[in-house]
Amino acid sequence: MSSAPAPVWNNKLIKWVDDRLPIFTLMHGSAVAYPTPKNLNYWWNFGSLALFVLVVMLMTGIFLAMSYTPHVDHAFNSVERIMRDVNYGWLLRYLHMNGGSMFFIVVYIHLFRNLYYGSYKAPREILWWIGVIILLAMMATAFMGYVLPWGQMSFWGATVITNLFSAVPVVGDYIVSWLWGGFSIDNPTLNRFFSLHYLLPFVIFGLAVVHLWALHTSKSNNPLGVEIKTPADSIPFHPYYTIKDFYGVGVFLIFYMFFVFYAPNFFGEPDNYIPANPLVTPPHIVPEWYFLPFYAILRAIPDKLGGVVAMFGAIIVLFFLPWLDTSKVRSAKFRPIYKQFFWIFLIDCIVLGWVGANPPEGHFVLIGQISTAYYFFHFLILMPVLGFLEPTRPVPASISQPVLKEKA
Amino acid sequence: MASSTTHDHAQPSPAAPESGESRRDFLLYATSAVGAAGTVLALWPFVHSMNPAADTLALSSTEVDLGPIAEGQSITVTWRGKPVFVRHRTADEIKAAQGVDVKALREPQADKDRVKKPEWLIMVGVCTHLGCIPLGQKPAEPKGEFGGWFCPCHGSHYDTSGRIRKGPAPANLPVPEYTFLSDTLVRIG
Repeated sequence: MSSAPAPVWNNKLIKWVDDRLPIFTLMHGSAVAYPTPKNLNYWWNFGSLALFVLVVMLMTGIFLAMSYTPHVDHAFNSVERIMRDVNYGWLLRYLHMNGGSMFFIVVYIHLFRNLYYGSYKAPREILWWIGVIILLAMMATAFMGYVLPWGQMSFWGATVITNLFSAVPVVGDYIVSWLWGGFSIDNPTLNRFFSLHYLLPFVIFGLAVVHLWALHTSKSNNPLGVEIKTPADSIPFHPYYTIKDFYGVGVFLIFYMFFVFYAPNFFGEPDNYIPANPLVTPPHIVPEWYFLPFYAILRAIPDKLGGVVAMFGAIIVLFFLPWLDTSKVRSAKFRPIYKQFFWIFLIDCIVLGWVGANPPEGHFVLIGQISTAYYFFHFLILMPVLGFLEPTRPVPASISQPVLKEKA
Repeated sequence: MASSTTHDHAQPSPAAPESGESRRDFLLYATSAVGAAGTVLALWPFVHSMNPAADTLALSSTEVDLGPIAEGQSITVTWRGKPVFVRHRTADEIKAAQGVDVKALREPQADKDRVKKPEWLIMVGVCTHLGCIPLGQKPAEPKGEFGGWFCPCHGSHYDTSGRIRKGPAPANLPVPEYTFLSDTLVRIG
């Protein structure tokens, strides 16, 4: 993968293994010698942070599953037992619960960094696609995980989301019944959600490996959006970026642990501490915060099928982004107009989240519809047109050039 | 940290200064030590979560009413998911148990150290070889060559004090902690 010459191993045991399975050479090429642009800023920390959170989620999840019972009569109580009786069960659960939110915070920042610096453009389209697929897999995993504690929000969130599929013409009701394994959310649904919630993170892990494979083929983008041209443009991953990534993990842990230890239910809904009751719907159903913008898009369209199509479309459109963005310049640093629209788009997403958290009444309906329209306008009209019309600023010839110029 | 090792192997680092360990080495070792200690501390909650939980521990004692057990009878009760043998021994059995030369035993233990009241023998009914349940609780079952218990799995013989006398088992049947709450009520655990 790396262009550096294969290392020579002096240790006999390492050499013996490496001659048969070149795992040390692979590690050396992808985590030590791997040439990385020397100008990466802290927004490039969020990829390794996402991997860190994924590992934490896998670890805590595997240990939680040892004490969890996926049955409608026992699920809620088994979670309460984890909280009260299992040694450090409260810690594992709060790490996992808040880890879900942390995962989305980290991945959303990672995604918006992509949008700002144009990392999705050639030759990184497949790298970007895998990222979008990981996002979809994360959403499915998070949704099914939220059902497992079998509280009121678990039950009614699952009811609402699975009912989205009833919007599909002709076969909708059959699909919903197939998803449920019955005629409502019940024990078969809980069982399959647990099975899939356990499976999907390993799928995500596999996708992350492919994501890294694609990354190490095209190499990291950087704030200037110029490719590595000479060895002077890059530095080896180790120790420069290993230490920087570790530092990022340290800062991130302060943020993460603040919630785990001081505000563990900050991201949660109190209603989920009420056991699921199929006969009583909570007065106001809201999904977890990371789904709110999509929830707002769903409700903005006054048509069942249309709303569902728009909601899924909001993610599907990302797959086409490498071609919707027609600009020859990658980084927003040299795109003065796109840079402003980037921030407007970010605000639009936050507004959508705010609308999604509020009941669909009064002015929220109109705000939701305007911001939904703007979401699609940004991708489908603004990005293609801007690429042709925008006067871009001169892009430096190489990563090293701006630095050398300042010195001179 | 592993990567730094491989790095050293791959490209012998430029000759270290003659003065030996540098400040950078010290920082590297100190950081690695703190990181390793932190990782171990972070792993402990995961390991400990697999230990018996508070509700499991709360169920860890069993009370047994000895009243209905006639002399020469045995009952089996469950304690922490394991069978516990409670035997009302006959005078002959007590005599046989006390008459054994302790030094000749595989696990030397006098009968008086295994009971609180000689007529009541209370012990965990799990063979110390590989965990089978020895026979001998019911009158019709084989009691082995020493009149106590016989494990059918690999042929271990226990005497009337539950001590291993013959066969592959390495130790006597263990005596759990128990207290007499009254003359006819015992709490195990």
